[in-house]
Amino acid sequence: MNLKGLVALIVLLASIACSFAYLGTNFKELLSSKALHQMSVFLADFLHPDFSVSYLRSIAQGALETLAMSAIGTLLAAALGIILALPAAGRLGLPAKSLARFALNALRAVPELVWAALMVLAAGLGPNAGALALALHTAGVLGRLFAEALENAPAAPSEAIRLAGGNRFSAFTYGTLPIVWPQLLAYILYRWENNIRMASILGFVGAGGLGQMLYIKLSLFQQAQAATVILAMLCLVLAVDALSAWARQRWVST
Amino acid sequence: MNVRLTGVELLHTNGQRALIIPEMHVNRGEQVALIGSSGAGKTTLLRLLASSLRPSQGVVTLFDQDPWMLSGSIRQRLRARIGLIHQAPPLPARQRVVTAVLAGRLGQWPLWRSLISLVYPLDRAGAAQALARLDLEDKLFERCDQLSGGQLQRVGIARVLYQAPELVLADEPVSAMDPLLASHTLKVLVKDAQARQATLITSLHSVELALNHFPRVIGLRQGAVMFDKAAKDVHPDDLALLYANEQLSQAEVHPQRAQATVSRC
Amino acid sequence: MLNAPAPRDPAAWPRLLITGAALLLLWPGVALSEFDIFVLFNGANASLMADFLAGFWPLAHDLAFLAILGKATLETLAIATAGITLAWLIAFPASLLATRALSISALHCHGSPSWQGRLLRTVVRAILVVLRSIPEIVWALLFVRAVGLGPTAGVLAIAITYGGMLGKVYAEIFESVPNQPTRALLLAGSSRLQAFAYGLLPTASDEMISYTVYRWECAIRASVVMGFVGAGGLGQQVDLSLRMFAGGEVSSLLLTFLALVIGADLISRLLRETRL
Repeated sequence: MNLKGLVALIVLLASIACSFAYLGTNFKELLSSKALHQMSVFLADFLHPDFSVSYLRSIAQGALETLAMSAIGTLLAAALGIILALPAAGRLGLPAKSLARFALNALRAVPELVWAALMVLAAGLGPNAGALALALHTAGVLGRLFAEALENAPAAPSEAIRLAGGNRFSAFTYGTLPIVWPQLLAYILYRWENNIRMASILGFVGAGGLGQMLYIKLSLFQQAQAATVILAMLCLVLAVDALSAWARQRWVST
Repeated sequence: MNVRLTGVELLHTNGQRALIIPEMHVNRGEQVALIGSSGAGKTTLLRLLASSLRPSQGVVTLFDQDPWMLSGSIRQRLRARIGLIHQAPPLPARQRVVTAVLAGRLGQWPLWRSLISLVYPLDRAGAAQALARLDLEDKLFERCDQLSGGQLQRVGIARVLYQAPELVLADEPVSAMDPLLASHTLKVLVKDAQARQATLITSLHSVELALNHFPRVIGLRQGAVMFDKAAKDVHPDDLALLYANEQLSQAEVHPQRAQATVSRC
Repeated sequence: MLNAPAPRDPAAWPRLLITGAALLLLWPGVALSEFDIFVLFNGANASLMADFLAGFWPLAHDLAFLAILGKATLETLAIATAGITLAWLIAFPASLLATRALSISALHCHGSPSWQGRLLRTVVRAILVVLRSIPEIVWALLFVRAVGLGPTAGVLAIAITYGGMLGKVYAEIFESVPNQPTRALLLAGSSRLQAFAYGLLPTASDEMISYTVYRWECAIRASVVMGFVGAGGLGQQVDLSLRMFAGGEVSSLLLTFLALVIGADLISRLLRETRL
């Protein structure tokens, strides 16, 4: 190992040591028999999930709410994203371009959960706040991706329409959109997949769906019910993963 | 007077002169062919007339207006009266032929109509008719990327036929077609222009096609007009001078160009 | 010809049906998510929000707050680093168990491992799937309940989720590098660990380091988010400031978070490009 590697190793070990020291986590206490016993009692409650029919029904309701929230949020984000992507791709002049880029970056920089907390304040508890939060953050992400796609699309078709007297909007819809829409659609689906996962946890700050159920059940110390929600989340994530892997193999690789 | 150029000069971005035309008129309803070797400035001249390029000096007058003195929206209205046929029509690969043809009238349609036509083409009969004149009506609902280079060129022509502009500019519109089809297609273009009293300016690689189909022929060489006369007055010596020393390089360039046309969509 | 009937568009019906189906699916979605964008603009809500947002400027920068900010930032960094370290401690042994690249039985039976080996690997892989498929913030919430508020819950949550992710990817890396050196060593009678250290690690280490650094960057982002359920760091501070409607503090915290993410991105890119 050369000198550079050695220095890197020392820095790495030092920063790890500093981290543990700073956090002051008392692992000895954490791993003491008493703490472990407490933890095992707490966790043992999770081993008996509540599978009663009425409860499963409300879980299904929560899962559907999560799905709806993610779908509506993603759709709204796609609409907002394309509206911002047009100026961000430089189609409406330089001032509009920098303004739109700034807006996209700001939307994207704030994490979904922070948006959700803000939206719960603005729009009240419930899935509506979650959908709006997802829409805002995802609009930033999609807008940037859309703008890149628009910039990379060949300009000749839309220029030809401009030369035949068409306005900017028809030049976009007839000249650029037919080229880029498969890519835009792929981006939207990819973000939707991401947002389903996100939507299931936005409820922690009160934005509806499975997350809110889990938060409430844990607050009420109903571990058995909470375990069912966690299982439902697990199933949702695994199902989305499997579905998207299948879809990718089926459509993207060919 | 439909088209007039006075003291026009166009420089490339590197400062090289691409075109210099002290004076040129084309009257309403005239049919003109532009000939000359590759790089003589035919495409540049056509793009100048399409108000796609702005002259570095001088004035291009279209329908008695200087497009570069107009505001953006009025210029767009002027452009709706001009149709440019590209050598390799820039059509989105996934667009259907019917939509590509209908796009010719976007400059004349209100917004609602262009939006509906995007998902449900309204004037299918009009598009079919334009295509039928080029024997392509069976391709109405095909996608552009399923057509050959020559078929694609005809779709580009059909778009301008559908647009029915007062000034038709065509940049080697038949370069990817076999001679028989090329002749037939040019006939359709000329007939259409005659019937509507429209002006037609076409650049052509083939001198033979130019002399056979067009009453007036303009020879371009190195960015300047070498001759501008009636087709029947064009002498073999004119042509020899026009293509002097460039037969070789042209022979090399030609097949490459045709190929480029086919591969692009 | 002029009066010929318009040809029928073959795509019209499919397009109509797809649109109809999409609307039919979406309609209950709108109802379920109680979607209503106008609630943002109605009188009382809007003015409340406007006041709050107006408070975002100027940024809070008094000394007491800056001290808290600095502490929270360091805590976030420490949570991510400590979490990734523990995650590595989980992932490394798990990946050794989960990978097919170190199977001795596969050497003799035409490349297919024995059923005991396969069973063990499947179990380990399934555990890793469960660990990483439950979002880290759910783990954080559970640990906050189990060990109390504070950064420890965050460290444990990152350790578990990222342990699952690293373990899976490590195992895949082991299987993707050329396996002849390992096989040669195993056939020569060396133990699995020896074969790993001399045959696999040298080729796989670059990729492992680069992926681990990338995950560290993700862990910083995640540790901010986990703060919202009480797992310490910047996120917990954001949550507190939001609840107190202290707009200036929120914007300061968000900017710090942004700087942290950008900084981590730079460091991780630097580390990955200058291969050790």
